[in-house]
Amino acid sequence: MSLLKLSGVEVGYGRNTIVDNVTFALNEGEIGCLLGPSGCGKTTLLRAIAGFEPVSAGRIELGDQLVSSPAQQLPPEKRGVGMVFQDFALFPHLTVFENVAFGIRNQPSDEQRKRVNQLLAHVGLAGYGPRYPHQLSGGQQQRIALARALAPKPRLLLLDEPFSSLDAELRESLATEVRNLLKEEGITALLVTHDQQEAFALADRAGVMYHGRLLQWDTPYGLYHEPKHHLVADFIGVGVLMHGQITDDLKVQTALGLLVGDDVPRGTEGEAVDVLIRPDDIVIDDSAERRARIIARGFRGSHFLYTAELGDGSHVLCMASSHHEYAVGQDVGLRLNLDHLVLFPAGYCDT
Amino acid sequence: MVNAIRNTLTNARKGFWATWQQLSLPIVALIICLPLIVVGVSFFIGLAGEEQRATLAHLFDNVIGEYVRHSVALMVGVGLLVLVMGVTAAWLTTACEFPGVKWLRWALLLPLAMPAYITAYTYSGMLSFEGPVQSGLRAITGWQLGDYYFPEIRSLTGAILVMGFVLFPYVYLITRAAFIEQSRAAIEAGRTLGLGPWASFYRVALPMARPAIATGVTLALMETLADYGTVHFYGVTTFTTGIFRTWYGMADKVGALQLASLLLSAVVILMVVERISRKQSRYHHAGRAQQGSRPMRLKGFKAFIAFTACFLPVLFGFLLPALQLLVWSYDRLDTWLDPNFWTLIGNSLTLAALAAFITVIFALWLCYGKRVAGKRTIAGNGATIAKITRGSVAFASLGYAIPGVVIAVGVLVPLTWLDHRIIGFSESVFGVNPGLIFSGTIIALLFAYLVRFLSISIQTVDSGLSQISNAMDESGRILGLKSREVLTRIHFPLLRTSLLTAGILVFVDVLKELPATLVLRPFNFNTLAVRAYEMAGDERLADAGPSALMIVLAGLIPVILLSRAMNRRQQQEARALDPRPGEIYEPVKA
Repeated sequence: MSLLKLSGVEVGYGRNTIVDNVTFALNEGEIGCLLGPSGCGKTTLLRAIAGFEPVSAGRIELGDQLVSSPAQQLPPEKRGVGMVFQDFALFPHLTVFENVAFGIRNQPSDEQRKRVNQLLAHVGLAGYGPRYPHQLSGGQQQRIALARALAPKPRLLLLDEPFSSLDAELRESLATEVRNLLKEEGITALLVTHDQQEAFALADRAGVMYHGRLLQWDTPYGLYHEPKHHLVADFIGVGVLMHGQITDDLKVQTALGLLVGDDVPRGTEGEAVDVLIRPDDIVIDDSAERRARIIARGFRGSHFLYTAELGDGSHVLCMASSHHEYAVGQDVGLRLNLDHLVLFPAGYCDT
Repeated sequence: MVNAIRNTLTNARKGFWATWQQLSLPIVALIICLPLIVVGVSFFIGLAGEEQRATLAHLFDNVIGEYVRHSVALMVGVGLLVLVMGVTAAWLTTACEFPGVKWLRWALLLPLAMPAYITAYTYSGMLSFEGPVQSGLRAITGWQLGDYYFPEIRSLTGAILVMGFVLFPYVYLITRAAFIEQSRAAIEAGRTLGLGPWASFYRVALPMARPAIATGVTLALMETLADYGTVHFYGVTTFTTGIFRTWYGMADKVGALQLASLLLSAVVILMVVERISRKQSRYHHAGRAQQGSRPMRLKGFKAFIAFTACFLPVLFGFLLPALQLLVWSYDRLDTWLDPNFWTLIGNSLTLAALAAFITVIFALWLCYGKRVAGKRTIAGNGATIAKITRGSVAFASLGYAIPGVVIAVGVLVPLTWLDHRIIGFSESVFGVNPGLIFSGTIIALLFAYLVRFLSISIQTVDSGLSQISNAMDESGRILGLKSREVLTRIHFPLLRTSLLTAGILVFVDVLKELPATLVLRPFNFNTLAVRAYEMAGDERLADAGPSALMIVLAGLIPVILLSRAMNRRQQQEARALDPRPGEIYEPVKA
């Protein structure tokens, strides 16, 4: 059963619509993620769910309760929603213990103590209760912010770019840790980020937002391998769009040659399309007939990312293990390793 | 070979200059602290001799109890008033939106333009028997003298009210800045944890602003302790009036010094409180304040209450006193044609300009010394030097908290001693009496102003200098500037505004300053502040009008500067809150 349901949600300041007709649902116990470049409206949407922004159209439901509609808006403190803020927003004048206990201050004090200690142990900071936030590192503050949001057992936990102020190494380990914690506690959570690695590490379902619209709401796997919109393809992973033409036998003719896939819909014969080619769809193989020239390369540690120019001047990206080094200008052979085709209506090609 | 020698010489010369500059800092700091040291030490000297001990015992037996009682009452009263008015106004103008709030945001700074003693004169005029309030009352009711009770403004309560209305902007300004800097997220975190809008003010915003509030209140209390003009005029005996009475009335220098040292120790306690709260407030920033919170829109009765709560302090703290000054100045239009009055203005302006110039030069010297020492620490050596330099700058900044009377006494004692040595020497060697070179001229005054106001310009110059990163210096050098050119082509253009601001702030403060000027001015040398004081003292309040008005007009300049700085911040906030159209939303080409 879906715990969070948004239908046709619109948020706007004055003439500007910041969130435009967003519809999605999140099931109980699932972790959802809103992805998108900065300024796409994802944080505003999160704040609307928390109750900080009024909606100008549509409805937000939590469980079976209508919490936001243009006509009525439940104040944030009545929603039973927890939130972890981008800069943690720990109360600097309270100790770690008091911060975590803040949301359960009306409970008897021994229950407070029990819950706080349990949570502190859970986030690996048992014994940090008497310290003040400024005495903690960024990662520790992050965990305390999480513990504070979890203490009142919220129905839904919202996380606004929760790892963005941490350094890359910490970000990855903490993301996994947080996922385990949320799953253990059985928390339904919605996360906002611009970092797809974070989304992949955490989310059961994710959506890509662009200019206020939710373009696709899917599993992370689905977003990567079956993008429904060229902007989703563009935002998730790397790759290029190539001109293509659907042939009469439902294959696609491109500069890379004839591509065969099982998902070209009938009745589209002869249409011009854009084909998404990811670097992992192409293997450099010197024995292959299809020739291309390396025009750029980027070292990525475990592999190289090469840009290759095909005969007609169009470019593709391909990866090769860093044991196989090719020089810029070198002629190589390309072998295709496509298992399905991702096609969009023509017109968005980079080349 | 020649090159090598030249290099060594240049390096040696550079090292010499840098070292000399840094060595000079503790010396400068020591000179500036000299009056404080004199006053501080005098207490102990006072214990040395039989006679001095007797003086001290006499003071304790007769007057100190009263001074302490009055000072404590003043501090409690003023402290409560500024706390309530300042915090209320700061919160309402930050978190709420109601008709007139834009105007009130800067109007609440206006009382800063009024020196407390001038406000005291105006209220005394307004509320006296012949004043407009009582006359009006009599005209309406037909009462005569003695028929009715009217509270006496020239009292302890009156002094508390006057100083409360003049000093609350300190709390307002600092607390409001703290409210603005609080990240919206902290308040919102409170909301998601179950707090309503008002509860989130009491439980989150207010406690987070506590250090700032404490800082504001302590600053107001320091001013309260330093005040001489108000309490003197309203007949409230405190340490400052006591020092004057002992010094002039009883010609008892030792007693005056001892009283000054007692007052100094009270101020030192306040300074410690202020330092601690400033230190705490560093930790009280929950994250970055990247976006301001959306103000609550108040309507109807609530808006009226909010407006009144913010307007009354402006009315009583600025509008009414300013109106009274205008009326007096209009009554005494002939004063404006009096050449003596213009001499007075000339004296005041000259003194203020000289003090501003000297103070800014000293501030530059100290701040650059600190910057250079800081750079050296990065290079790995000279950590001790850096510490000494920082300490020197901190010591040189102590004067802001010290009452003008205390500084005056502390300046006069060593300078008189020095003058008498010079006279003795000169008479024995040249047979000429050069007179009181330091203590009898405006040099003593300028020295006192330097001690009192150096911290204002140090703060301003330092914050200006901190905008110029070391990387800017270095990119200048990489782009081919000599180190002197870095100063002229990068630093000076960037610092110009800060230097000007520092100068203006000192300039205006000197114009307003009363007690130190009273003590130290050369014989027959008058300023606007002294004239206002003398006229008011002779019960010629209306004659004090024109001089007081000039001081208030000058006092408006820093208020305008402050409100412009506040506006700039507000605009940045607004920009952060309202996304630019187009950047956020463009119709998707689907």
